[in-house]
Amino acid sequence: MSAADLVADAVSKRFADHVAVDSLSFSVEHGSFFSILGPSGCGKTTLLRMIAGFIAPDSGDIAIGGTPMRGVAPNRRPVNMVFQQLALFPMMSVGDNVAFGLARRGVARAERRRRSLAMLERVGLAGAAGKRVDELSGGQRQRVAIARSLVLEPTLLLLDEPLGALDLKLREHMKIELKQLQAAFGTTFVYITHDQSEALVLSDHVGVMNAGRFEQQGTPQDLYYRPQTPFVAAFVGANNRIVGRATASNAGLVQITTADGWTLHARGRGPIATGDAVEAFVRPEVVSLARHARELPEGRPAHAGHVQSVLFDGANSAVLLREAGTRREFRIALPQTGQFSDLKPQEAVMFSFDPERAVCFAARHGAAGQDV
Amino acid sequence: MFDGERQARWRARLALGLLLAPALIWLGALIVLPHVDLALLSFRARVGPRSYVASLAQYRTFFQEPLYWHVFVRTAVMSILATLLTLLLAFPISWVIAKLAPGRAGSLLFVLCLIPFWVSETVRTLGWMILLRESGVLPALLTWLGVTQAPVELLYHDATILVGLVYTSLLFMVIPLISSLESLDNSLIEAACDLGAGGFAILRTIVIPHAAPGITAGCIVVFMLTLGNYLTPTLLGGKNSQWFTEQIYTQFITRFNWEEGAAFGFLLLGLSTVMVVTGLKLTGQRFGDVMRRT
Repeated sequence: MSAADLVADAVSKRFADHVAVDSLSFSVEHGSFFSILGPSGCGKTTLLRMIAGFIAPDSGDIAIGGTPMRGVAPNRRPVNMVFQQLALFPMMSVGDNVAFGLARRGVARAERRRRSLAMLERVGLAGAAGKRVDELSGGQRQRVAIARSLVLEPTLLLLDEPLGALDLKLREHMKIELKQLQAAFGTTFVYITHDQSEALVLSDHVGVMNAGRFEQQGTPQDLYYRPQTPFVAAFVGANNRIVGRATASNAGLVQITTADGWTLHARGRGPIATGDAVEAFVRPEVVSLARHARELPEGRPAHAGHVQSVLFDGANSAVLLREAGTRREFRIALPQTGQFSDLKPQEAVMFSFDPERAVCFAARHGAAGQDV
Repeated sequence: MFDGERQARWRARLALGLLLAPALIWLGALIVLPHVDLALLSFRARVGPRSYVASLAQYRTFFQEPLYWHVFVRTAVMSILATLLTLLLAFPISWVIAKLAPGRAGSLLFVLCLIPFWVSETVRTLGWMILLRESGVLPALLTWLGVTQAPVELLYHDATILVGLVYTSLLFMVIPLISSLESLDNSLIEAACDLGAGGFAILRTIVIPHAAPGITAGCIVVFMLTLGNYLTPTLLGGKNSQWFTEQIYTQFITRFNWEEGAAFGFLLLGLSTVMVVTGLKLTGQRFGDVMRRT
């Protein structure tokens, strides 16, 4: 923690009728890839713009590279930003775009040219310096935007959902490229996104943001396997959410009974008393599927259901079924063995899961009874 | 089949012709025809009652008479000056309307720019006279404030003419500027700032290059309007105005020398063309691109 490139201390920003960022504190280590993940409207863009200096926090402090940033204009911060729509300058060549920041710093023309050409080469765009911005493909523009920032050797590179405008295939490709670029340059990246897959793939650390606060900070594995709040469990990765009441509790293992009478078990997180409204989450891939109860792993409560539909998506294929008693929807990832490739709608199946790998929270205030 | 197709094509052509007709009639009857006639007029000289010969005498007179020369150059210089002043004044106004004033406030400001044009130009200019004449509002105010000892005559100065011309032209600069500034993506400005640019650097490297076609369009329109303006220089400048359109008026109406007037008219057209082409060349713009912005 000694080399934190970004430290936010109780940063708040309020707009007329709502709190966009609510007393947020976090720090980002030097050389790491930090993502802020949240749904749109959660305040992540406001947070990023406060770090860049385009808006000032109402209270709290932001320090970059150990220097407090209060009152420092955006053009004087050791921070550069890759904008959502990239904001490349169409009136300049690619080379001039990359050299723009150097020119503003008064770097001599020859040196400017040398450094911007070297940077373009590092991002795999050697020979593009003389081109117009609109002659480049989406992925190439992305790299120009990053090169334009990195050539200034900022302490911190901010990225505002830069992959949002790309089509799916290119987005997958750019994800890998971004991670490799960050590793190659060693610059600290702060990345905001609403796409949990981007955050999980790219980041060393992720802050999951909701309503102006971080619900949880941690490694992608932490968020996925050990969610601390129902919001994180629901937002990060696919999950089956079951709302009910805790009807029994044994050494942290909670028995949940839904309003319509389905009973299941999950590991409780936080204080849960019998009778409390609870939310349980079961990941599709922890559930075992079988045609007969005897084929299921032993020692787990078994549930019955009917196949509603088979969602074939290659390695991400899943089956959507209805629990036999309550007709509740439940999603189960299909194993890669091809064992269930002939599954048909309406077929009766059995399923079970290890209650230790399912998680249960006391219901959020006002969320009880809601079902999704 | 073949017949039907030909008929359809013929009908399409007829429709196009009818749609274009008003423009073509306008162009032909009101612009080309009179100019052809004026051109013919300008290239002849009167040698006796109702007897004319082809001659360059009218143009020779212009070059030989210092007064005409003087007024011609003065009109050009003053028009350039008025155009630049209008640009300087209109740019911040357009910036506020296009970028700073949100929604309704922006429209309201724009309407404020437009409102003076509901009044006829003559009345507006007479309004200036009421304000500026020796017994007018502004000299009285200056005296009352103790700035001047006695009311001074603010009319009939070159500066007065410039004020009037800028006032008349402002809207024609503001409109193309607003449209070109509105199309400037704000994130470009933020990106430039993020990369270390200060206000002036952003203006020079981002805003002006982006708005260049709009700026050029506004300048061309304002320059042409100013150069050809008759009323404002005459009323606000009085006898000192020495505007070239007045010379043309004098030749046609006072002297009844249509040949000389026609030659002057063509010289003014030539001046305006040369200035516009030079302006486009200097700023590296193309006429087509610029006119699409207006």
